[in-house]
Amino acid sequence: MLLIHCPYCNQTLPEAEFTYAGEAHIARPSDPSSVSDEEWRDFLFIRTNVKGPHYERWRHFHGCGRYFNAVRDTVSDRFLITYKTDDPRPELSKLLEKSK
Amino acid sequence: MSSFRVSGRGRVDHTQPIQFTFDGKKIKGFKGDTVASALLANGIHLMGRSFKYHRPRGAVTAGSEEPNALVGTRRGPGRFEPNTRATVQEIWDGLQVNSQNRYPSLSFDIGAINDKAYMLFSAGFYYKTFMWPKSFWDKVYEPFIRAAAGLGVSPTEPDPDHYASRYLHTDVLIIGAGPAGLAAAVSAARAGSRVTLVDENPEAGGSLLSEPSAMIEDMPAWDWVAKTLAELKELGVKVMTRTTAIGYYHQNMVGLCEKLTDHLASPDGETPRERMWRVRAKQVVLAQGALEKPLVFDGNDRPGVMLAGSAQTYLNRYGVRVGNKAVIVTSHDSAWYAAFDLADAGTTIAAIMDTRAEPNGDLVAEATKRGIRIMAGHTVTGTEGRLRIKSVRVNPITGSSVGAAEVIGCDCLLMSGGWTPSLHLFSHTKGTLKWDEERQTFLPDHKAEECEIAGAGRGLWGIEAVLNDGAEMGAAAVKSLGKTSKAASYAVANDRPGTGVSHKELPTDLDAGKARAFVDYQNDVTAKDLRLAVREGMRSIEHVKRYTTNGMATDQGKMSNINGLNIASDALGVPQPKVGLTTFRPPYTPTTFGAFCGYHKGSHFEVTRKTPIDSWAEENGAAYEPVSLWRRAWYFPKDGEDMHAAVSRECRATRASVGIFDASTLGKIEVVGPDAVEFMNRMYTNPWTKLAPGRARYGLLLGDDGFIRDDGVIGRLADDRFHVTTTTGGAARVLNMMEDYLQTEWPDLDVWLTSTTEQWATIALNGPNARKVLEPFVEGLDMSDEAFPHMSVAECRVGGFPARLFRISFTGEVGFEVNVPAHAGRALWEMLFEAGKKYDICPYGTETMHVLRAEKGYIIVGQDTDGTVTPHDAGLSWAIGKMKPDFVGKRGLARPDLVAEGRKQLIGLLTEDGKTKLEEGAQIVLDPNQPKPMKMVGHVTSSYHSDAAGRPIAMALLEDGFNRMGETIYIPMPDRVIKATVTGTVFFDPEGARLKL
Repeated sequence: MLLIHCPYCNQTLPEAEFTYAGEAHIARPSDPSSVSDEEWRDFLFIRTNVKGPHYERWRHFHGCGRYFNAVRDTVSDRFLITYKTDDPRPELSKLLEKSK
Repeated sequence: MSSFRVSGRGRVDHTQPIQFTFDGKKIKGFKGDTVASALLANGIHLMGRSFKYHRPRGAVTAGSEEPNALVGTRRGPGRFEPNTRATVQEIWDGLQVNSQNRYPSLSFDIGAINDKAYMLFSAGFYYKTFMWPKSFWDKVYEPFIRAAAGLGVSPTEPDPDHYASRYLHTDVLIIGAGPAGLAAAVSAARAGSRVTLVDENPEAGGSLLSEPSAMIEDMPAWDWVAKTLAELKELGVKVMTRTTAIGYYHQNMVGLCEKLTDHLASPDGETPRERMWRVRAKQVVLAQGALEKPLVFDGNDRPGVMLAGSAQTYLNRYGVRVGNKAVIVTSHDSAWYAAFDLADAGTTIAAIMDTRAEPNGDLVAEATKRGIRIMAGHTVTGTEGRLRIKSVRVNPITGSSVGAAEVIGCDCLLMSGGWTPSLHLFSHTKGTLKWDEERQTFLPDHKAEECEIAGAGRGLWGIEAVLNDGAEMGAAAVKSLGKTSKAASYAVANDRPGTGVSHKELPTDLDAGKARAFVDYQNDVTAKDLRLAVREGMRSIEHVKRYTTNGMATDQGKMSNINGLNIASDALGVPQPKVGLTTFRPPYTPTTFGAFCGYHKGSHFEVTRKTPIDSWAEENGAAYEPVSLWRRAWYFPKDGEDMHAAVSRECRATRASVGIFDASTLGKIEVVGPDAVEFMNRMYTNPWTKLAPGRARYGLLLGDDGFIRDDGVIGRLADDRFHVTTTTGGAARVLNMMEDYLQTEWPDLDVWLTSTTEQWATIALNGPNARKVLEPFVEGLDMSDEAFPHMSVAECRVGGFPARLFRISFTGEVGFEVNVPAHAGRALWEMLFEAGKKYDICPYGTETMHVLRAEKGYIIVGQDTDGTVTPHDAGLSWAIGKMKPDFVGKRGLARPDLVAEGRKQLIGLLTEDGKTKLEEGAQIVLDPNQPKPMKMVGHVTSSYHSDAAGRPIAMALLEDGFNRMGETIYIPMPDRVIKATVTGTVFFDPEGARLKL
């Protein structure tokens, strides 16, 4: 079982308190009617499916209830960072350097 | 007592005799014996039959890695365990042990015919043989394979034992209480850390229990173990025996399975049989030691052929000589010491054969001193003996040629092919391994978790080296925790360090193609099988493994892995590290389902949610159905009624007068805040701005893909407050989705969402007399049609309780839904039921609710929709606020596929004979005479006998359904084809006249 740091509670807690919520940084277009079919398809279905560091969302479901973002390595299942929803997308190179 | 028991020797209690049975025969042993040691003390080596060839087999090891000696153990009804390792199971008075995989008896087994036909059963046998004809697959091949497969027989009765689970947090978890683990524990505990030390054996000590002559710090090894355990206890170390670390998971979580009662003659009934520990350790020290490898030669599986180190363990720990006349064959120094111990205990050592041309001179001198014949540079080329080894055939090796054979009589053959570090748990963490050329084995390389590997687990040999390494690693572990520890330095006298070489199968002068040289004992995989797999094109070790099943038995190749690798590497002509190792997976040793289940069984497996009115339904004989986690009253049968009769009666009573229904399971979400209406406009398809407080509306929720996700009636209580209802199963999902959009897409909206599902009890009254029943209880509300029309909501008091009252209908009749605080649910239900008696009020369940709604064509999301249905497909276009600039799903509805022709649409079906009820889920075709496979154009989603319509009715999703009104379609069933006519979905009161008061 993973231990996950909730950036809102600022506590590291067992995975059982959290639910996974898909890839992060996929914003819903502010005016959906103006986007093309292809753009809408990409928003709905197209995901990076990376092998390695993955930007993704989690929800502290049995806790504060907040959605937050994380970078997790899908090979090692290791979290590089978790951060609040409105924090900027962290740069991967810096994260990888830090985790060394 | 037989001559094989050495008086006074070992750690068994010679003053406490114990009697158990083996295949019904009484066997005597001592307290502290395992089944295997007790059988060996009675001269019994034959303990089982092999998996495929049914070859006679005996214990080859003395530990949990045992592949052969698998037995069934029994303790009364339900307490039967197959495939128990006889080398691990401790004996107690009355234990019943049975051998497996033999018929009619262990010594005479019909299945052994497979052994004579071994040429037929080569690697890939199943893939090659059980192919054609196709009709044989399920009739002939599968029954044959199933009957032949497996060793023990599964128990048939429920397990009466209970199992526990616990969490544990510790600074340092040390796995393995041998010399390395004990020394590591001392280092860590002296530094003031919380230390947990676990071992799968009944007592700590590990290999030291088999080395009583070693002197540690001028103390006999066993005294040192006792002294160390006393110190650890003093330091507060948690020492857990009979506890196997089964898996090493992320972030230093280790699963431990602690066995608590399997060794007891009469468990107290309170103690769980096993306890699963989930340990979160800051640091882990893996001190699991090493496992001895067999040598691979023809006949290396005969009862009496055993690992030399195990024979040494049986002697020193259990006081059992495994034979009277032993031959040793080895490629490692360690077996020489086993020979010396046995010789000193009275066993004749007929010869020590070392595959190496020049064995260690000190060992040769020691052997010579004991008068043991030494045969350096020899190979074994065969063994004889049906149920027990009688002789061994040996040949000298000169360079690459094998010399003339000699046959030596013996009653046991003790082998050693060297030692493999036990890296299973390390591998669970995805820690990488690197090949050690000198030791010819894999050693830990890059660590993926916060752990240290100590002792023989990282290739060290000899007690002194292992102790000092354990001390260092224990200190290293606490150093990472910011504590300082000075590792103790241990001096050991009478130590037995040594080295060895590793082999593929031993050379032979006979036809290697006929050699029965086993690599994996439990799965009956021979060296020849591995070579055949390579010849037939398997290149990856993972493919070789699956093709031959090498290493796939319950021991996970603990003994066979490196031998298999050596042979595959030789056959492929590439070095071992290039071939690589197969993956180890948890659990380390077979673990009971009970231990994994723990408390989660029976009614604790999953929660059963019950409404505040559930107890009334139970008292009134309701039949129940599960709906998500809820149990809901399904129907209320009266004496002698079946479901059909009860549902028909409930439907009639509701439409004739009044029915009462517990709707408390409906999901309820309170949407509150200055931006509540804007939020609702964005979430739901419908327009909400103009919905006045006090009014309610059917709400439809889509995903952004445009497909229906949920629905429910939503009431506006105030400008800034909505009472949202959802489907019973969708409540949590809908709230989750709302939270997602609110938190991450529209953080600008000032809205709060609260689940109120369990705060409200909801009672639905439906029928022409519903208002008459309800009105006397309502305070503060004018219930006239003008003041409180259909689709209204009001806050008032009902029966003296604060209430939210909806006038809505899921039946087509005049309907009310009363929400009162959950605690008041049953009281109000009883009041209404009592008052309703003069109107013949009828309690109804979910089945009647389904029928009544289907008669009106009201959909159930998840039954009539399946995640690919749009509002238009479901006939719900009217629920879309077309003027709204955006809502979840609006853009999705414009996707090309969703506006395309020929979509499946929800329509009604009436069977042409007016009598046949369709099966829900049945497929629909347009032409029943077309060749198979037929083109399926839809399926039946809802189907009921309708009392109101006087015939069966159904709804279905049908390709282009709206354009097929009046057409005949066909539903092929196994025994016939049913004809039905496509209709609309409203089967009763299409004008909606009955909704009016």
